[in-house]
Amino acid sequence: MTTVPDVLYQTLQDEPDRIALILHAPDGDQAITFADLSRGSHGYANSLESAGVQRKEPVVLLLQHGRPLIEAFFGAIFYGAIPAIMPFLTQKLSPERYRQSLVALIEITKPAAIITYPEFTDEVARARKKDDSVRSVILWTEVEPAAEASWETLGGMDIEPEDIVLLQHSSGTTGLQKGVALSHDAILCQLRAYAKAINMTADDVVVSWLPLYHDMGLIAGFIMPILMRSKLVLMSPFDWIRAPYRLLSAISKYGGTLSWLPNFAYNFMTSKVLDRDLENVDLSNWRAVINCSEPMRWRSHDDFFNRFSKYGLKRQALATCYAMAENVFAVTQGGVGSAVAVDEIDRRSLVENQIAIPAKMGDDAVRMLSAGRPIDGTSVRVLDADGIDLPDRYVGEIALHGDCLLSGYYNRDDLTKKAFIDSWYITGDLGYLVDGELFVTGRKKELIIVGGKNVFPQDLEELAMEVAGVHPGRVVAFGLFNEEIGTEEIGVIAEVDVTEDEARLKIGREIRDQISRGSDVTARFVLTVDRGWLIKTSSGKIARGANRDKYLQEFA
Amino acid sequence: MKDQIANFISTELLKDQTRKIAFNEALISSGLVDSFSLVDLALFIEETFGACIDDTELTAEVFDTIEELAALISARRLS
Repeated sequence: MTTVPDVLYQTLQDEPDRIALILHAPDGDQAITFADLSRGSHGYANSLESAGVQRKEPVVLLLQHGRPLIEAFFGAIFYGAIPAIMPFLTQKLSPERYRQSLVALIEITKPAAIITYPEFTDEVARARKKDDSVRSVILWTEVEPAAEASWETLGGMDIEPEDIVLLQHSSGTTGLQKGVALSHDAILCQLRAYAKAINMTADDVVVSWLPLYHDMGLIAGFIMPILMRSKLVLMSPFDWIRAPYRLLSAISKYGGTLSWLPNFAYNFMTSKVLDRDLENVDLSNWRAVINCSEPMRWRSHDDFFNRFSKYGLKRQALATCYAMAENVFAVTQGGVGSAVAVDEIDRRSLVENQIAIPAKMGDDAVRMLSAGRPIDGTSVRVLDADGIDLPDRYVGEIALHGDCLLSGYYNRDDLTKKAFIDSWYITGDLGYLVDGELFVTGRKKELIIVGGKNVFPQDLEELAMEVAGVHPGRVVAFGLFNEEIGTEEIGVIAEVDVTEDEARLKIGREIRDQISRGSDVTARFVLTVDRGWLIKTSSGKIARGANRDKYLQEFA
Repeated sequence: MKDQIANFISTELLKDQTRKIAFNEALISSGLVDSFSLVDLALFIEETFGACIDDTELTAEVFDTIEELAALISARRLS
């Protein structure tokens, strides 16, 4: 079996009535068997064919979390087309801003079709340009499930392992222009290696609330369990954020064994879930709760364990992972089979010399959680500025190599070229190695990660620059880690000419509103400063890291 | 009641006491109250006013302003 359709076809032959996934929702659960999934997805494959979409052409899915999204996704793969899920418009996001993102996505990805809702066709029409790549807008309401699934004639059945199976984007204008293109081969390599690393079998039950447009949600919380025939219980991120206890009650109800969570979710559930919502909840089957996609904190794990151990949560269930879309998902895995290694290091040496020296009694120590060891087929190196390997405990840039790597950034050969040195993918993350275990300490790239979600500071800065009174090129956005909530918060500093408090306050609020409505995140603080406050690089650009440090020194 | 809600939102959720919130100002659809804070808002309302708001009701369709929220609370307390 060398492609994703091959694997699913085999499952359908073996166990058509096996449950592929359960859509878990406040108003009731819906079980979908592999036969159901096949029929539903074939409907979308047929619609793509009728629309004249060719194999290997991208198809953008503008659908909310739910059954149509799942079936459209697999339908595109069965047909041999390349699905790309774009996050759906949220209540707070301004439609104009969303449209700009959609325009950016269409321009770079050049989809042949878009699958969406009837109510959304006007929005799509407004985002389109004359003579663009889109030949058809397919409405999910017009897609009929196929009465008979005709696998033999499906375009996806004679696709090659090295062909691209899907595109994965980060959100925001910058992220949407950088689609990670993954091959069938890369996905199946990841599946084999990662399943081995976490001892995953068809008997596992995965419970996930993660969005499908994110690599952790798409791969670990969706594709992998379905291809592995592990039962998947899938809930909407919107339901979870309003009632985080629902994840735990679903674990209990379905005997969940595996979940993936960004670090903030540990803090969020520890502080927001009430005992009254956990009556008779049993977490004893939960064998791996895997922390991934943003800096992992020892404190978050410890608090989470102390909060939920009385419901049967085991300490050894707490696990860690270092992952990225460019490697399909996991790069390293820790804490399955043995406890997550904790490295207590001297904070001063880490900050001043970038060396992780074990802390001695009385030192100001940092407890680092190990991200574990590379999965089979993937190798990790830590490099200095000249690309030379660093010895153990020296912090440098993490580079990786292996058989799960991306085929490239879709239609962006320029970015693909820049991302590699020889055949090594340069991650932009910083870390150190100890006896083959990887510890991730920070980032060289100026990406902000809020609740596991990648946010590009330049997108936020551009939003802020649109506010009257703020000048282009005189704004900086950065992330600051907040231990209490377990993730980064966003700070924005803008130089303004006005000096009156009232006028500055107004500009600050407008920047805040602009970011709320124009991105997936909100700014925790906005600071307005006098002209000349911001530090610039020798080439005249705003230096994000230096300004972040200056803020910390002067205000924090 | 409306003042208490406005005060809770600016002090506890936005951590900005100077922020005055109009009773007809959009809370959820504007992103002013972000989705991570909705659980706190529901709990505050239950503890302060004794009115239960189900998690499925924490959307802009059910209430989006302090005025609408106060009306919902009053209706709940009567029933």
